Amino acid sequence: MSSIIEIQGVSKSYGGVVANKDISLSVETGGITGLIGPNGSGKTTLFNSIVGYHPIDEGSIKFENEEISRFPVQKIARRGLLRTFQQTRIYGAMNCVENMLISLPHRKMKFLDSFSLNNKSDYEKANRLLEFVGLYEKRLLKAASLSFGQQKLLEFAMALMNEPAALLLDEPTAGINPTLINGLIDRLVRANREFGITLFIIEHNMRVIMNMADKIYCLAHGEMLAQGSPDDIQNDPRVIEAYLGAH
Amino acid sequence: MKNNKSILYGILLAFILIAPFAFPDFRTQLATLWLMIIVAMTWDMTGGQMGYNSLGNIVFYGTGMYVAAIITIALAYDVGGYTNAFGGGVYKFTDQQYFLGMFLGLIGAGLFCAASAVIIGYVTFGLRGPYFAIGTLGVAIAAGELVSNWEWVGGGQGIALPVYPGDLDNGKLLFYFLFAFTGVVLFIFLKWLYATRFGAAINAIRDDEEKAEAMGIHTLRYKLTTWAMSAFFIGIVGGISAFQLIHFEPLETAYQTINLGIFMVVCVLLGGKGTLWGPIIGAILFHVFKEVTWNYFLGWQWVALGALIVVTVVYFQDGVMGYLAHRKPEWFGVRVDENKAEVSQ
Ligand SMILES: Nc1ncnc2c1ncn2[C@@H]1O[C@H](COP(=O)(O)OP(=O)(O)OP(=O)(O)O)[C@@H](O)[C@H]1O
Ligand SMILES: [Mg+2]
Repeated sequence: MSSIIEIQGVSKSYGGVVANKDISLSVETGGITGLIGPNGSGKTTLFNSIVGYHPIDEGSIKFENEEISRFPVQKIARRGLLRTFQQTRIYGAMNCVENMLISLPHRKMKFLDSFSLNNKSDYEKANRLLEFVGLYEKRLLKAASLSFGQQKLLEFAMALMNEPAALLLDEPTAGINPTLINGLIDRLVRANREFGITLFIIEHNMRVIMNMADKIYCLAHGEMLAQGSPDDIQNDPRVIEAYLGAH
Repeated sequence: MKNNKSILYGILLAFILIAPFAFPDFRTQLATLWLMIIVAMTWDMTGGQMGYNSLGNIVFYGTGMYVAAIITIALAYDVGGYTNAFGGGVYKFTDQQYFLGMFLGLIGAGLFCAASAVIIGYVTFGLRGPYFAIGTLGVAIAAGELVSNWEWVGGGQGIALPVYPGDLDNGKLLFYFLFAFTGVVLFIFLKWLYATRFGAAINAIRDDEEKAEAMGIHTLRYKLTTWAMSAFFIGIVGGISAFQLIHFEPLETAYQTINLGIFMVVCVLLGGKGTLWGPIIGAILFHVFKEVTWNYFLGWQWVALGALIVVTVVYFQDGVMGYLAHRKPEWFGVRVDENKAEVSQ
């Protein structure tokens, strides 16, 4: 199996705080990979490094065999590597459909294409994906009026609209009503299987990530603590220790 | 609904065409009103629609004046000699030289300013929020100083262009229609642009630029293009103003940072940022307010103007259009084309 994201020896500090230290991992093409770890263990920092949000201090990050660690955010996004934010970011003043249309993949567009109106198939695609995440009924409402969980779903749908090759999700189920979580898991898995999007997911909810991921990495204090299949991770005494120790 | 709109636009257009004949004494006033409307609409392209509040857009107005004037002069004479002999009577322009100069000058002014915006923007768009505002203001002030020390273009004296050849009233009519034509073209252009993907992308930059970057939008390219299009129109009206005013000088007329440079921002705030009609309504209100205070409260006009700015900024930030959108949301309807949104049903 080939890997779509390949990280070698990545370190990142904020002033004195070492948020990531010598991290190496790989995300398999077409799979679902999990990233867990206690609060403050450096998960979001690693995502930010991958998508070019900040420069890394050391190491190498490859996406589809291309070194991207010095690319700016937009360029990486246009390569087809996308992320959602832990603090959900949607366009509150626009309605759901408009949020979706904004998210059309610019990597597949020429600049001159932006001087045209959205066509029928753009609207159809937006509606189809809103339907997919269960927001079709709300599509003409301003995004700001949606509940927190619905905003997360919208952000997920916007990412799908962009047709990424790989999608980094930062705690997709956080703050979502527990009764809706199973539905969300189902959609994540379908996005992976049906749309062929590689997923790399930070998740605090063990039940969720153990059910979905093929492979899990666990960070603690900025370092790689353990890696393996969900079963390995679940039974790894160091992981149990890290979680118990953190609480 | 669609019919009502067409009728409304028809009435407006008729009014625009008839106004200078119906109010012949106010031709210059009306031309100035158009100028205000145009600079307000162009300011809103970046300030309202894209969230980049420039305080230096006047730089394109001033530069447009100079470029149009220099092109016109250069077609007939040596520019250095012409500006040196300031007011000297030996320089005559034929009708053909005048009108050809005007035509090429206006187009040249627009293109030159658009190119300048790309270059200036390349540097200033690295700045955010107040830093962008102050950075662009700095550019405008510096440009005025540079030009006023540049003898070849007349230095602090400025440039005197030839007077309109022919009846002066017809000249006023010509300038009115040049402004009006530019304004109508700009309005139609923006109405279309704001409906395209381009319009949505610059709104996204305004609302959350980081998210837009994370979605892969070419943010810098959009910002430069928007400012260049805005500068193109400002450059053209700067050029028209140069011919209308005949004589202009760098600091008070061309690069007038605290007058027109600030007025355009006030117009937009008054009418409502980020809307198609806001800048137009704001410019009309502002122009009326300014004329009334300048004519009836002379001596206090700047105080009144300052008070207007304070009241707008403190109590009325979203302007007339913002107030209406808040009070009467149904007038603005749902922003998505319902028919298209329904297609998948
Ligand atoms: N912008 C920043 N400036 C300074 N320190 C930061 C910054 N962002 C994160 N940190 C620090 O880096 C460390 C790792 O933070 P990070 O957000 O990556 O953790 P996380 O694993 O995502 O945590 P959580 O589960 O709470 O989201 C923490 O100690 C945090 O305080
Ligand atoms: Mg985090």
